[in-house]
Amino acid sequence: MAEVEETSKLMFAGLSDVSISGDIPVEGEINVPVGTPIQDKEYSTLDEPVKDTILRDLKAVGKKFVHVMYPKKSSALLRDWDLWGPLLLCVTLALMLQGGSVNSKEDGGPQFAEVFVIIWFGSVIITLNSKLLGGTISFFQSLCVLGYCIMPLTVAMVVCRLVLLGGSWRFSFIVRLIVVTASFSWSTFASTAFLADYQPPNRKALVVYPVFLFYFVIGWMILTV
Amino acid sequence: MASPDDLKFQEFEEATDLLLADPGASTLSMSGSSSTALAGATGDIKLDMSDDEGQEESSELLRGEKQTSGFWTFEYYQSFFNVDTMQVLDRVKGSVMPLPGRNFIKHTLQPSPDLYGPFWICVTLVISLAISGNLSTFPNSLGSAHYHYRPQFHRAAVVIFLYAWLVPLGVWGFLTWRQREERQQSGYSFLETVCVYGYSLFIYIPTSVLWILPFEWLRWLLILVAMVISGSVLVLTFWPVVRDDTKVTAFATVATIVVLHALLSIGCKMYFFQTATPTLNHTAAILTNKTH
Repeated sequence: MAEVEETSKLMFAGLSDVSISGDIPVEGEINVPVGTPIQDKEYSTLDEPVKDTILRDLKAVGKKFVHVMYPKKSSALLRDWDLWGPLLLCVTLALMLQGGSVNSKEDGGPQFAEVFVIIWFGSVIITLNSKLLGGTISFFQSLCVLGYCIMPLTVAMVVCRLVLLGGSWRFSFIVRLIVVTASFSWSTFASTAFLADYQPPNRKALVVYPVFLFYFVIGWMILTV
Repeated sequence: MASPDDLKFQEFEEATDLLLADPGASTLSMSGSSSTALAGATGDIKLDMSDDEGQEESSELLRGEKQTSGFWTFEYYQSFFNVDTMQVLDRVKGSVMPLPGRNFIKHTLQPSPDLYGPFWICVTLVISLAISGNLSTFPNSLGSAHYHYRPQFHRAAVVIFLYAWLVPLGVWGFLTWRQREERQQSGYSFLETVCVYGYSLFIYIPTSVLWILPFEWLRWLLILVAMVISGSVLVLTFWPVVRDDTKVTAFATVATIVVLHALLSIGCKMYFFQTATPTLNHTAAILTNKTH
């Protein structure tokens, strides 16, 4: 035991000079790491100017419009879904479709609320239908796709209004019929291109048929306004 | 003589033993094959039985039996939409071609009645009725720029959906009440009744489109053909259930079904496809009112 103590004392001889007293100054920096700055730049959008925020959202909406115009099987529309585009399109369509001032009893077009309700209620019912049939798409993604694919019909509405301003009635009717038919089939085709992958394979027609009905009703309202 | 009694006594003892061993186990009463069911492992066989019964029970509304999932879950409603495209097309074809020997429910619907067909057929019928009704007044105002959209989706929707849901409720309720009184076995669930009525309305969709043509004789002919086809689908479906009842009740039930169906079609024609003269008088009246 004594030998062990002596050897341990020899081993730790160099350390005997170290005295643990309270007045040895400790130097250094105390910094709490706040996390990598790169992540902060992406998510702290609170300090950016309002113009940037609005422009970013507008660009996202515009990019989706482009996707609808050239429908390819891309998942961008579904991954970053938003409901601004559908709202914009719905309000535009409803404003242009509404007719019927208070004076004329005969010339009654669909009211603003009617168009609004038909579009949103119809989208909700179609989404519920596709989910009940076993689709794997989420509720708001489906609403987003259906709303964005109204865009060809809105373009057709604008064209119809312009055509109605001039020309004979019969000729304008034929032109409007062609334009509305083309845009309604484009809408149906575009939404099918986005939605088809998320349905069970032997029920695709069951899901596409209500979409066809929905755009048919909207196209009919545009044609007969 | 003693052996059947012994077997019965043993079953009862086994059941009580199992219950004592596992008081939490729920017991299921089966009409047949009770001995093997109770003798084997209760857990596995219970699972098997619930799987077999689940398919049928999920489609038997209001029968008061155990459901696989509650009505507040999404899966409960998903079980009503368990159809493929080909199945829906087959059911539609079956509703358009009623053959005397075939009961629509027994042949096409029995494994899994669905709600997809009735719902979307009603929606399509509402749309086609309203649009065709609007179009039928179109030739009167041909060429005028003042023709405007006035399809009355609301009223068409109310009428069709009330018919497609309330009448099956009434028919099902009546049949179930008679069946309980007479202690019969067969009967249709509410879902199957709704399904039959929904699919039988399909023939009216092309009929309503063809009603646009402004020939009275054609319209009446079309009504007759449509009523015969869809009425016979309904009669062929409900006759086997009702025929065991007293003659008077049977005939009264079938006659009521047919009469209600006829009222629907004639009512729709009268309301949505008004003939030319009333609308012209209407517009003339409004114009004279405006000038005064």
